[in-house]
This record gives sequence, structure tokens and C-alpha cells, in this order.
Amino acid sequence: MISLAGRDILHSWSKFVFTGIGLGLLIGVTLSMAGIYRGMVDDAKALLNNSGADLWVVQQDTLGPYAESSSIRDDVYRSMLGLSGVARAANVTYLTMQVRKGESDVRAMVVGFEPGQPGQPEYLVAGRQITRNHYEAVADVKTGFQIGDVIRIRRHDFTVVGLTRRMVSSGGDPMVFVPLKDAQEAQFLKDNDAILNERARTAANPSLNRPGVPGLLEAIQASQTSNRNVNAVLVQVVPGTSPEAVANEIKRWKHLQAYTRTQMEEILVAKLIATSAKQIAMFLVILAIVSAAIVAFIIYTMTLSKIREIAVLKLIGTRNRTIAGMILQQALGLGLIGFLVGKTAATFWAPIFPKYVLLEPGDAIRGFIAVMLICAIASTLAIRAALRVDPATAIGG
Amino acid sequence: MNGLGIHIEGVRKRYGEGDTAVDALKDVNMTVAPGEVVGLIGPSGSGKTTLLKCLGAVIEPSAGRMTLGSEIIYDDGWKIPDLRALRRDRIGFVFQAPYLIPFLDVTDNVALPSMLAGRSNKDSRKRAMELLEALDVAHRAKAQPSQLSGGEQQRVAIARALINQPPVILADEPTAPLDSERALSVIRILNQMAQQYQTAIIVVTHDEKIIPTFERIYHIRDGKTFEENGEGKKP
Repeated sequence: MISLAGRDILHSWSKFVFTGIGLGLLIGVTLSMAGIYRGMVDDAKALLNNSGADLWVVQQDTLGPYAESSSIRDDVYRSMLGLSGVARAANVTYLTMQVRKGESDVRAMVVGFEPGQPGQPEYLVAGRQITRNHYEAVADVKTGFQIGDVIRIRRHDFTVVGLTRRMVSSGGDPMVFVPLKDAQEAQFLKDNDAILNERARTAANPSLNRPGVPGLLEAIQASQTSNRNVNAVLVQVVPGTSPEAVANEIKRWKHLQAYTRTQMEEILVAKLIATSAKQIAMFLVILAIVSAAIVAFIIYTMTLSKIREIAVLKLIGTRNRTIAGMILQQALGLGLIGFLVGKTAATFWAPIFPKYVLLEPGDAIRGFIAVMLICAIASTLAIRAALRVDPATAIGG
Repeated sequence: MNGLGIHIEGVRKRYGEGDTAVDALKDVNMTVAPGEVVGLIGPSGSGKTTLLKCLGAVIEPSAGRMTLGSEIIYDDGWKIPDLRALRRDRIGFVFQAPYLIPFLDVTDNVALPSMLAGRSNKDSRKRAMELLEALDVAHRAKAQPSQLSGGEQQRVAIARALINQPPVILADEPTAPLDSERALSVIRILNQMAQQYQTAIIVVTHDEKIIPTFERIYHIRDGKTFEENGEGKKP
């Protein structure tokens, strides 16, 4: 038996191809939405992987340093180093801000780190690591900065000495790495006017500017202009040591919060991007319904335009299941064309997105199955219409 | 009548019930022998189409008996179980418009009923080619229906009706869209095929050009049939 569906598709291939392209672009959008979600999760994991830490030590009762703000003293790392099972510990700061280069600016996460310690970019694609104590930076290539560029962070200029790749925040913003001291200054220090204002207020406060206590006011004012805070301490444990055990130790004795990698992943994926994920899921559901409606209308219209032929087929003895099979195959054929177009389109336009779009083969397979299922379900309307056709229609009267 | 061909006796068909019931066929009797071509003529609303649908096993008569060859098809409310297979294997249809399947080429249009009957594609196409040669359209075997003239399309439709060698062919105004010459050509072909394949052919028509070609004519009026001898002029 010849394939009636195949012959019909070949006969009116242009109609099928153009309809398939239209459907395919919609499927491409759907696949891209899934890719955007995957990209967000991957960004979150990249952030954790790139930090090189086994534990994140942050302010007590916070989900810092990525999901909530956290502020701890910068000498905390010393007490960490004294704990059993801790190999390395280092301060880090994170601050998402606009980094200016000339007249333009780029949204970036500025990371303060100590060279040679956890938190340092693990690899570079160009240039070198930071070797000076101040005013050098390593930037992710997505910032668009080049080696030798001078960028401005708050009040200071930094020279880009190295470039790295896939170093992004959980929000997908590229990272700019600077020395810890500079980052602390950028994050915690006030501008000159604010400092002058604060000094005047302190001097006007009789409890802080007591007569007969020389040096008190100067000491207080000096403490206001220096900063001893960081956002987190990254801890690497000795190989073979359980990070959970060390985390429990820190929580119990140091009055700080310590998260393991698994917990941090949970915070980033389940909490930080949960709302975005739900938003994307809603889009996916709507797109699936729209795709199903489009396939249903197209197949239904195509079937209605063949009512006379279907009546003739039934009159000459074609089984209902052969006619249903023809319509189902056409719907699946349309879905196949649509999926191929959609997958190709998504692959081509994914790199153009400002944020990372990760198209996973598993999602493509799931998408393909979903498209086929949607097409099969959508064809039922047309099949019902076809099976209702009276063969007597062919005779007329 | 030698037990083959088609025979109907006392066929009635009622649409609706109660006060709104309409008797489309009241007492229809008809016999067509193998190899015979008869005309079925009647004004609009006389019951021609209803009779054709009953003969074509598309609708069931309310009463009466119909036999096809030696097989009883309907008998006062009883019917054979698989009317679809009966239509496929034992009845050929030719319509006013050829109604060829637009997405199949000429060969496959003709071969389709044979394939539906379970014969192989190769055998079905071979048989289709033989019929196309007999009907003088073999040169258009690979063409699409839209590329054929009206006369060619009707010959292809006749070939499709003949592919399963049915004992009966029902032709519903097969010459209506054709000019005189082509109309007579179609009737000539139907006569030739009826003789060659010993098929009983019933031609429903209004066409004055072809009515004189029938040897026997059934008139239908108000749901009843009347038989008369035709002129039987060779087309």
C-alpha cells in the first residue's frame, strides 16, 4: 500500500514546508526558552565551580554571598585556617555594578580576591593573572574588554591584564576580578562628601567628642574611613575530609553560616532562580498550547479542503484507520519539519542572546517527543472530522 | 437474468419518521445483466440519487432485496456485514466529475482500489497500466490528474472503477461535463468495457446526447421505476 500521507505531502510540499517553517520558528522559541533556563542553571553552577571552594562561610542567618548580602570581618579566614580539615581559606567580595570604559559601561560582577587563593579565576584565555596589589583587573570576555583597556570602578581606574571565559554571576553578568583591597574599597567605602559629612556629624556628637579624651575623635573617624569587611570566606578542605563536618564545626563554634557545595547549589538553583524558572515554565506551557492549536488548525483546515477526496476514498473502500493514519502521518510530518527548523533556528540564534543559552541534547529529545505528542493530539480534531465524512457525499444528490 | 449482474426487487427507502417521513423510493425493481449498459433517467427529486446510493451500498434500503451476482446484499432489513469491502471489491463508481485523488499520479489513482483490496503495489500498477492502455490513456500514466483533459480524467476514472473487475459499475452522469464527441466516446468505452469484462453498468443521466445509445432504459418517477426499451444506437 502506498503512503497516502507521503504522496499528499510531496504533492503540496511548498504548503507543508512553509507551514512547517512557521511552526518551526515557534518551536525554536520554545527550545530557546528551555535553553535560557538551562543557561541560568549552568551559570549558577559555573559560579560555584569557578570559585574553587568546598565551603562558603558567610554571615549568620543569611543565604549569602550570592542570594543575600553577607558581611563578615576580613580576619575570619584566620580562624578558619586554624580548624582541623581546612586546607585553604580566603576572603572574597562580590559586587554587581556598572563598570565604565570610556563613555560606555557594562553590567558586571566585580569580584575581590586574594591572588593565589580560592576565588581567583582558574584559567585565562589571554594575558596574565593579577600580580600587583592595586588597580589591575582580569575580565570575562563577555564584558567586551580587551587586554590593556582601562576601566573605571567607582573612583579608581584599573588596567585589564587578563581575560577569562565563562566566569559569570548567577544572573549571567560577566565577572571582573580585582585585588581584594580595591574591591573592599569599591564596595564599602563612601565618597569624599559622605566622609566629610560623617566626620562633622561625629565631631558634633558629644559622646564621641568628649573633652579631655584626646585622640578619641580621631580614632573613631579613622575607623569610619577604613573597612575590614568581606562578603564571604571561601574554604577548601583537606582531601578526604568531609565538608559537612567542617561546616558543622564552623556553625557550632564560630557563629557563622557555612554552606557546602550541594547546599549552595540548592540556594542558587532552587531559590535564586526559582521565580525566573517558573516564569519560563509558564512561557513553555503557553507556547506548547499555541503550537498545539496551530497544528490542530492547520491539519483541520487541510483535512476540510480534502473532504471530497476523503469521501471518494471511503466510497471506494478505504478503511477508516487508513484515512486516520494519513491525517496522523501528515500531522507528524508537519511536526518533524517544524522540529528540524526549530532546532536549527535555536542553534543559530542561541549565541546571539546576551545571556548564556544552553541547548542540551536531552531537552531536544524531550522537545521532539513533546512536539510529536502535541501533533498527534492536535490531529484528533481533523481525524474526527474525516471519519464523519459520509461516503455518499462523493455521489452527491 | 442468469444469477449474475445486479438485481433489486421491491426496494423502498424512507427518510425520517412519522409526519415528516419521506418515501424517496417506493417500489423499485431493476435487473441488469453482465455485459449490459442500461440508462437510469428521471427528473430532479425522482429518487435517482437515493437509488444509486442504495445500489452502491452507501445507504441501506428500508425494505426490499438486492442481489449482486449470486450474493444477497440486502433482504428486508438484513444486510451483509461488510459493506465497505463490498464497495471496494464488487462495485465500481464513476462520477459526474472524475474526483481523482489530486496527490496521486494517474497510475496510482487507478491502482489504489486494487492496493486497498490487498494486492501488491507491483501487481496493482501492472493491472492499472493494462487498463490505461485499453482506455488509450497509457501515455499519461505518470501525469498528475490536474494535467489531464476532462475526457482523459473521465477515462482514468473508468479505469479506476474497473481495476478490481467488479460485477457492477455505477456511473453518475459521467458525460455531464463533456462535449458531444467526448460524451459519446465515454459511452463507447463503457459499452466496450461492459462487454470485455462482463460488467453490469448503470448510467444515471440527463444527457440527451447519450440516451439513444442505451438498449434498455429505466425511468424513475416519484420513487418508482418503469422499464422501456431504448433505441440502442451504437455510439
